[in-house]
Amino acid sequence: MNDDASKPWGKLIATGTVTATLYALLFAFEKDVMASFTRTDGLYPLLPVVAAFAFSLSHGAFTGYFWDALGVKARPGAQQQSDNAGAL
Amino acid sequence: MDAQFIELTAGNVAFLLIVGFIGGLVSGFIGSGGAFVLTPGMMSMGVSGVVAVASNLCHKFPKALVGARTRHKFGQVDVKLGLVMAASAAAGVWVGAGVMEAVRRDYGEAGSSLYVSAAFVVVLTLVGLFVLRDALQAMRSAPDADSDRETTHRFARWVQSVEIPGTMMTFHVAKIRVSALFTLPLGFATGLLASTIAVGGFIGVPGMIYLLGATSLVASATELVIAFVMGLFGTLRYAMSGYVDIRLAMLILLGSLFGIQLGAIGTTYVRPYMIKLVTAMIMLIVAVSRALLIPVYLGELQFLGLAEPVARLLKGASFACMVAALAVGALIILGAMIGGRQLPKEPYTD
Repeated sequence: MNDDASKPWGKLIATGTVTATLYALLFAFEKDVMASFTRTDGLYPLLPVVAAFAFSLSHGAFTGYFWDALGVKARPGAQQQSDNAGAL
Repeated sequence: MDAQFIELTAGNVAFLLIVGFIGGLVSGFIGSGGAFVLTPGMMSMGVSGVVAVASNLCHKFPKALVGARTRHKFGQVDVKLGLVMAASAAAGVWVGAGVMEAVRRDYGEAGSSLYVSAAFVVVLTLVGLFVLRDALQAMRSAPDADSDRETTHRFARWVQSVEIPGTMMTFHVAKIRVSALFTLPLGFATGLLASTIAVGGFIGVPGMIYLLGATSLVASATELVIAFVMGLFGTLRYAMSGYVDIRLAMLILLGSLFGIQLGAIGTTYVRPYMIKLVTAMIMLIVAVSRALLIPVYLGELQFLGLAEPVARLLKGASFACMVAALAVGALIILGAMIGGRQLPKEPYTD
């Protein structure tokens, strides 16, 4: 069980800040973003892919730290359950 | 590019966040992309079928990557099986996206929405009933601890017994050995469906369980690898036609990444048949939700005379069914997790 000191508060705040900044930029420049991200010429079709990766990287890390900080974890013995099921 | 994009209101944003969270929770739990609730959710806001599918694929592939990493830590992902299936799934995505664009070009937004909805109804009904029957049999036949022991389906045993020289592949995590001639069409069909309704998991997961003989835990986890590749290819394919609404995709991602990690953790608290039961229930409720809208789209295409009050009633009933599906999924998963946390901290091998 995590005590309060071992919880990833620093990482939670850092990734949360980056994620919030990305979303703020997306909606602050909504019209320009939509105009660029729906262009079909050149390398523009790559923009949604790159953006999805960037948002996911920061937000995915943030949500991981978020559940860690709340103490929500996988059930002990999960590996054995998986192995057991896979053997059948 | 001639796609129509909606104006985002505060209500739309809040709706997308809630649907995203519950959709993510369900997707982390059952291993599909979760877009079978997110695509209809977007369409109920007035987003056209093709934009909803394209935007869901965009939000889906990074989410699938996160889910795959999480499930990989639990030892549930067969990476080799996932990549082999993904290779043919990518081809299926490319072909399916072409069909979708042709439907939209010839029949407009209503035609595209009708095509997506009809595909949902057929696939969800067939697969949902099959998975429900299997889950109920598992529940009835072994109520004790041995109920965790899954049996390989009869058809899967036959598939595993077919020896075709030069095509046999061994997948160590899934503990199966099958011919690539079975995985290739299964992957292609998974990709085809993913590009049509943004959900390939409804073919991929049952296919890996009932056709190849993988367990439900390994199949649902491995599907996340396939979903990642299909989502990446699908996003690129639709972005080349300007159909991806990045705002919708990232709002859905915002809510669903909270949900998917919780759902993935939830799989370690439940018995395997529970995953099947939740999957079946949600599939069937969403199928009803989509079926209610088919007369509405037929009316918009002038194939059916439908009074406006009737159309409004059908839209409302469809939306209510979808909300019910989300609520049922969330309640069962969260309830199982809360119940599981109160059990002794021992594996189910007792």
